[in-house]
Amino acid sequence: MNFRMIGRIISFILIVEAIFMLPAMLLCAFGGQTFSAVAFLITIGIILAVSCGLWLLSRKAPRGFYSRDGLVCVGLSWITMSLFGALPFAISGEIPSYLDSLFEIASGFSTTGASILNDVEALSKGMLLWRSTSHWLGGMGVLVFLLALVPISGRNDGFTMHLLRAESPGPDVGKLVPRMKQTAIILYGLYILLTVLDFICLIIGKMPVFDAVCIAVGTAGTGGFGVLNTSIGSYSPYIQVVCTVFMFLFGVNFTCYYLLICGKIKNVLKDEELHWYLSIALLSIIAITISVRNVYPTFGESLRHSAFQVGSLLSSTGFSTTDFDLWPAFPKALLFCLMFIGASAGSTGGGFKVGRSILIAKIIRRNVRQVLYPQKVQVVRVNGRVVDETVLSNTNAYLCAYLIIILASFLVVSLDGFSTATNFSAVVSCFNNMGPGLESVGPSLNYSGYGAASKIVLIFDMLAGRLEIFPILVLFSRSAWKRR
Amino acid sequence: MKIIIAGYGKVGSALTRQLSAEGYDLTIIDSDRKTLASSQELYDVIGVYGNCATMEVLKDAGVMTADLLIAATNADEINLLCCLTAHNLNKNIRTIARIRNPEYSEQIVMMRDFLGLSLLINPEKQAAQEIERLIRYPGFQMREKFAHGRVEIAELRVTAESPLNDLPLMQMESVTKCRCLVCTVLRDGIAHTPNGRFVLKEGDRIFVTATTNELAHLLKSLRIVTHRVKRVIICGGGGISYYLAQMLDKGNISVQIVERDPAKCQRLAELLPKASIINADASDLTLWESERISSDDAVVSMTGLDELNMILSLYVRNNGVNQVITKLSRTESTSILENLSLGSVICPKDLCSNTIVGYVRGMRDKTGSSIAVHRIADGKAEATEFRITKETLNCGVPLKDLKLKKNVLIASILHLSQCIIPNGESCFNPGDTVIVVSDSDSAISRFNDIFE
Repeated sequence: MNFRMIGRIISFILIVEAIFMLPAMLLCAFGGQTFSAVAFLITIGIILAVSCGLWLLSRKAPRGFYSRDGLVCVGLSWITMSLFGALPFAISGEIPSYLDSLFEIASGFSTTGASILNDVEALSKGMLLWRSTSHWLGGMGVLVFLLALVPISGRNDGFTMHLLRAESPGPDVGKLVPRMKQTAIILYGLYILLTVLDFICLIIGKMPVFDAVCIAVGTAGTGGFGVLNTSIGSYSPYIQVVCTVFMFLFGVNFTCYYLLICGKIKNVLKDEELHWYLSIALLSIIAITISVRNVYPTFGESLRHSAFQVGSLLSSTGFSTTDFDLWPAFPKALLFCLMFIGASAGSTGGGFKVGRSILIAKIIRRNVRQVLYPQKVQVVRVNGRVVDETVLSNTNAYLCAYLIIILASFLVVSLDGFSTATNFSAVVSCFNNMGPGLESVGPSLNYSGYGAASKIVLIFDMLAGRLEIFPILVLFSRSAWKRR
Repeated sequence: MKIIIAGYGKVGSALTRQLSAEGYDLTIIDSDRKTLASSQELYDVIGVYGNCATMEVLKDAGVMTADLLIAATNADEINLLCCLTAHNLNKNIRTIARIRNPEYSEQIVMMRDFLGLSLLINPEKQAAQEIERLIRYPGFQMREKFAHGRVEIAELRVTAESPLNDLPLMQMESVTKCRCLVCTVLRDGIAHTPNGRFVLKEGDRIFVTATTNELAHLLKSLRIVTHRVKRVIICGGGGISYYLAQMLDKGNISVQIVERDPAKCQRLAELLPKASIINADASDLTLWESERISSDDAVVSMTGLDELNMILSLYVRNNGVNQVITKLSRTESTSILENLSLGSVICPKDLCSNTIVGYVRGMRDKTGSSIAVHRIADGKAEATEFRITKETLNCGVPLKDLKLKKNVLIASILHLSQCIIPNGESCFNPGDTVIVVSDSDSAISRFNDIFE
């Protein structure tokens, strides 16, 4: 394991994190919350000191950097980032316990949006901004951000591929253009463009600027931290519609946007994952609108609420306009299923991913046919292209790991004495980077009731869910820590 | 600049390494998923899976916007078809194809013009030409030609008896009595760019620039005995052996090819009327005893196995053969070969990729860019040929007043077809050709890059 190189990359990441803390710090300083500003300042100081130390230690890093180093590097980076990102909350005392602060920021970076705060509005504006900023940074990935900035040249620079693969979601991650730096710039360019568009649309709806910034970056990262206790519920219907549209947009594979800009509209229209994503969304909206027609006074309102909730849960954002825990059983169950499916591969959203679900469905179809015609040689195709067998077996392995982690976490979390629905939905919601669950962790409630052990498990689930399990899981393997 | 490389084999990977380090956008096409994945893990490139001669795959690889296509798969016909298809999809693309079937080698120029290709490369023929030059002008470990052969860079090993041993470079001219310049010294695997106070030691490998005539003088004054080679024994009957035997046939050097496979021997015997083809195993030592090898012979080890080639070279070297040439297909491990006396080492894939990289650099920018690039000192240093234009900085300034980058040296200046080995008073002017030696990490691609 090339620990020096990993140390160097982490030192860069910490600096990126410190830079992203600056807006929140300035907001605190100018908003008169000197104490919070000082908390940020102390954190930035600690981060810079640690980063310098790491950088000095890793000066003579050897060049070799392989797939396993990439996984370990991404896993460690995200954990380090969360550990330091929690400091402002804890130092300022706005969230008194460090574990709670860690839960909050891990939820931020993993774009989950699950909170332990009973009263969000009690938090100072700087802290709220930092929570939302973490969504934005975590959505597209901090390493991708680093790849866009840092000039990586010279020999053996293919290692950037390992970083992209470990951080970006999806069964088969590839570059858009030959150069990694360009790829990262394009991804972040699209990301910034969409975020700004979202912001402008919210401002047009007469949303306060601070709220618009927080909601826009929270939507962009498909995070879900709001600035009000009612999430999006108390904003105007126009703003709710804007949020719905953008939640759907951020759940689409960013490659589609790149192809659109390149003028390859045909390729986008033929994209199987996009078809399924939109079909699932449309069918769910129709089904839920019909089921909840008696809950709301008008058809328009039930359509708006069901579309919002579907967009929020399918894209793994986790905003809410209404307490869907009060809905009848069927729409609740449908929303719960959407949590599992999640957004498209290559988007900022979480979940199992539509792309993987398609692969699993096709693998099952192939196995059924194999039973009927044992001699038949079959390949799995997506978008008319043959999918490599290694991708298929990785998808299978991913599904197994996914289910095992959910069940194991469910067991641990159940020790805390909440109802089964609460516990299961809490695990599923955190692991799929959603935010709200059902019953005691429903949209209007939060995770503060859980004990320390459960919170640690949920933090693990959130990070593992965002990084698609293996970068975090590999840290538990003894061979990852051998020098070799 | 966007470049597509079709085929990630030996040449493809060597090219990828060099071109990606120079900052080009590379797309690799290969029909093997594993090799394709490994290419992306080693270098910052994008991979496209499929047959590179199909339109769909070429379009996927971005042929419409690419500037250059290099076809280096293992099949000549696929390479040609790939280039033709690409050319028809995009009229502005330039194409380079590797062609190595000897049957096409006669028509290579015609093929290039008929089919609209920019460059056709035959790595085996190139390697054979290189070996032929080493055999015809013995005494040096390696020679590289520049500026149409008017200047050469040659490699010498400093031995204990050599007059160069323990000599500071500034006294070199008085000892050798000829104008030459030591541009790189390879000591313990590290390339040094020496100045006048640098003292040579036993075991150093030095790289000297001089004109061809001066190099002959240099050998004489260093008392390096050069026997005219009378017989060349080639081990292995592959493509390079065929080309080499054909070239040597034209001079009066007798050629023996040792090949294990009777069918290959038969074919070579048909193609090469003058050479004597011996059907035997080159690793069989009784063969060498019966051949009575002597210092008048040159031995070229070119079987398909690198390991066998090395052992053969060591063996014949031990038995008194001075002129030994070893072909290696992999050069990544050359640092451990440093202390073995393998004679001159030839690596066809490196020769081929050097030519292509030189072409690519020439394409990038017509003004001030390099014309040719050669990697010397096991790839640790580069000798690059530049043409001086009006845009070049510091024309007419004496070299002693110039601040050059570290590890960069102007090895020679060709002024009005006359070669000047530069000293502090020399200067370059528009129209001249200059050869710059730099270490391979400096990445000098334009002449103006050499200044601080």
